[in-house]
Amino acid sequence: MVKAIESCVHCGFCLAVCPTYNVLGEEMDSPRGRIYLMKSVLEGKIEQEDAQPYIDRCLGCTACVPACPSGVQYGELLIGYRGQSEAQRNRPLLDRVQRTMIRETLPYPDRFRLAAQAGRIGSLFEQALPEQMRAMIGLLPQQLPPAQPMPEIYPAKGPRRACVAFLSGCVQTVLAPDINHATLRVLAENGVETIIPRGQGCCGSMMMHIGETPLAQQLARKNLDVFPTDVDAIVTNAAGCGSGMHEYGLLFAHDPAEEQARAFAERVQDVTVFLDSLGFRPPQPLPQPMKVIYQDACHLLHAQGIQAPPRRLLGSVPNLTLLELNDGGLCCGSAGTYNLEQPEIAGELGRRKAERIIRLGADAVVSGNIGCLTQIRTHLEAKNQAIPLYHTIQLLDLAYHGAI
Amino acid sequence: MNEQKRLSVIKTPFLDALREIYPADRLLAGSVQALAYESDALTAFNARPQAVVLPETPDEVIETVRLCSREQIPFVARGSGTSLSGGSLPVAEGIVIALNRLNRIKRIDAETRVAVVEPGVINLDISRAAEPYGLYYAPDPSSQSICTIGGNLAFNSGGAHCLKYGMTSNHILGMTVVLADGEVVTLGSASLEGVGVGPDLVGLFVGSEGLFGIALEITVRLLPKPERYCTVMAAYDDLGTAGDAVAQVVASGLLPGAMEIMDRLAIKAAEAAVHAGYPPDAAAIVIVELEGETRQVDEEFKALQAVIQASGARHIHIAKDADERARIWKGRKSAFSAVGRLSPDYIVQDGVVPRGHLGHALTEINRLSREYGLEVANVFHAGDGNLHPLILFDGNQAGALERAEALAGEILRMCVALGGSITGEHGVGMEKKAYMTTMFNETDMDTMKAIRMQMDPGLIANRGKMFPGD
Repeated sequence: MVKAIESCVHCGFCLAVCPTYNVLGEEMDSPRGRIYLMKSVLEGKIEQEDAQPYIDRCLGCTACVPACPSGVQYGELLIGYRGQSEAQRNRPLLDRVQRTMIRETLPYPDRFRLAAQAGRIGSLFEQALPEQMRAMIGLLPQQLPPAQPMPEIYPAKGPRRACVAFLSGCVQTVLAPDINHATLRVLAENGVETIIPRGQGCCGSMMMHIGETPLAQQLARKNLDVFPTDVDAIVTNAAGCGSGMHEYGLLFAHDPAEEQARAFAERVQDVTVFLDSLGFRPPQPLPQPMKVIYQDACHLLHAQGIQAPPRRLLGSVPNLTLLELNDGGLCCGSAGTYNLEQPEIAGELGRRKAERIIRLGADAVVSGNIGCLTQIRTHLEAKNQAIPLYHTIQLLDLAYHGAI
Repeated sequence: MNEQKRLSVIKTPFLDALREIYPADRLLAGSVQALAYESDALTAFNARPQAVVLPETPDEVIETVRLCSREQIPFVARGSGTSLSGGSLPVAEGIVIALNRLNRIKRIDAETRVAVVEPGVINLDISRAAEPYGLYYAPDPSSQSICTIGGNLAFNSGGAHCLKYGMTSNHILGMTVVLADGEVVTLGSASLEGVGVGPDLVGLFVGSEGLFGIALEITVRLLPKPERYCTVMAAYDDLGTAGDAVAQVVASGLLPGAMEIMDRLAIKAAEAAVHAGYPPDAAAIVIVELEGETRQVDEEFKALQAVIQASGARHIHIAKDADERARIWKGRKSAFSAVGRLSPDYIVQDGVVPRGHLGHALTEINRLSREYGLEVANVFHAGDGNLHPLILFDGNQAGALERAEALAGEILRMCVALGGSITGEHGVGMEKKAYMTTMFNETDMDTMKAIRMQMDPGLIANRGKMFPGD
């Protein structure tokens, strides 16, 4: 943390790309300002609780990291700081209730499914936590899709070119189980055999992101144990999971499992990166021309520097034209649990993103993260726009099967 | 608790009066909020303001300034806080008027090539808005992705391409300002044609570093985008030779859009930050950009190539496409901050020397660097003689800051002795006010002070900047 803070030269270049600074225009809500506040807390100049609202308002999108000329590792700083401060802070009761709910349901598909399906969240807590809970419920679909259990192995179609282990994830399996199955089919189309290790669970990224470090470690440790090491890659289709698993070395720093965690992190690849480097086999032409907006997920673009591979895959589909939002990959406001914890700013960012999409006009919007898709759908629907949304891999899957 | 302490310092009627102008979420008076505003991009100075206000309309700014004038409370206008001279450093007994939400582009007139903007508009956003009309706003400070036009105006900011097109002052046609006493006046004209009658009050206000008041609405000139760019990167084995090469290009009669030098340390830092593709083993590179109509650029390129080849360049590279050009400029524009990768602390200088003396000045800086035992990185607007030596030091070492400041002082005195200036574009601010009397004699200083007293006898507008002893 000290190194990250010391390398900030206070030039302000990060302000240009910070979503909260874009919305609020206040120094405390910029990366430079937050670094200054974190530094002051660590030096004992100000109280942690006084600085906390501004640290909480950070989306953790890490757009500031590639924008920083002096190389401040803001993402690492934020995770470290949040982990340290979470242990010391006294949240108000209602906050704690919500945190507990997030902690106890989101990482566990069975519990999350139960909670969401039964509508228990709404009926129990809507009165108690009106604003935050409304946001939470607002993001749930009217009806959950039926569960679709994953196989243990999904074979390659034709000669096998590679073998990967796949992270099924947590929230996504409940909200959009089709994305995982589409991933298996697209990998198979490209001659990839996929192993879905039994006993795996949530990767812990979301918990790491919000400062729940011990729980993140507990979740991650399980995956370290069950994932095989003799595969070509550990593949994920969720931007946040990919970025978080790349941080496993940091999560397990000074832990006996550190080396194992680093080796695991090195094998992790987003599915688009894996297919792009393997040599992607383009699907058949779409039956009619289609204009598609590709929305960069922060945890692909900013946190992992993944910009070209998904565009190359989509661009290889005959009859598909990619449109660019040209907003510098500004966060849509989803950011893990952010739209639950900071609904106002998340809502403003979501509205802005939706307006930009509507202005540009497209036949579909594509993104590499379930959170972005959920957030954008909510805000497009609020404007009565029925533009279809797909995960990158879903659109490719539909193209292979002539179903679009 | 902090709020309590604050209330005892600031006059309660004043804070109450501010509360009548601003809702709670736009009047920041907490200690953590004030802390975030205590420095701009020059962190050697810091001061916590009593409060920060976030106006959303020009009227709110006017009301605030009138209130400050009535109560004689100092105010500092602030944009994105990217000043390298401490120009937007708060005053401890005063307030900060943060203009970030006054960021509307009110009008773009493609026919007359002007834009009317509010002071909180970001420099690059003007060019983005003008792009559909084939126009752009020319002055391009390295911080153009975030610095505001109000700050550019206050400090008469420069930038790489000001070599050909002139500084901010050449691009501001008119403005409405609120003076320190609350009077609202319009200076200059709303069109290119209206400029030139009567005293140049726009010229007086631009570069006055916030000492006269706050610009509320600014009319800027737009230029047609050049048809073609040709970006040439020449590598040299010696920094002085690179400096001489620039002088030779100028002497040849060519007027490139931009002409920049980066030395070995600056190249190393910028390359680490953006992978621009600079030659890593060069002692210095000269970046020359020709721009204009294709035929003219082709002609100029032939002439430029001859001069560069004769200047002792080891290697010449021409950017092959728009992406490579963008990378070369991104590296150059990130260079100051990128030096943060090489050293925990540094001082950026901004002296100017006549271009014929560039080679000599660079050799002298090199000598001083060795004498003081401090590394100096050089990255600067060579075409207009505007040096930017970055003096690297470790603030944790006892006496290091003092040594670095002494070295900076020697460089500035050298610039003045060579017939140059203590500042090219960053302004005097806090940083260079001690050197004003090196550059200006007593009569000059008295005249400047007299003008300021006329505008702001209570010294409430950006108090403590520019003049030594304030």
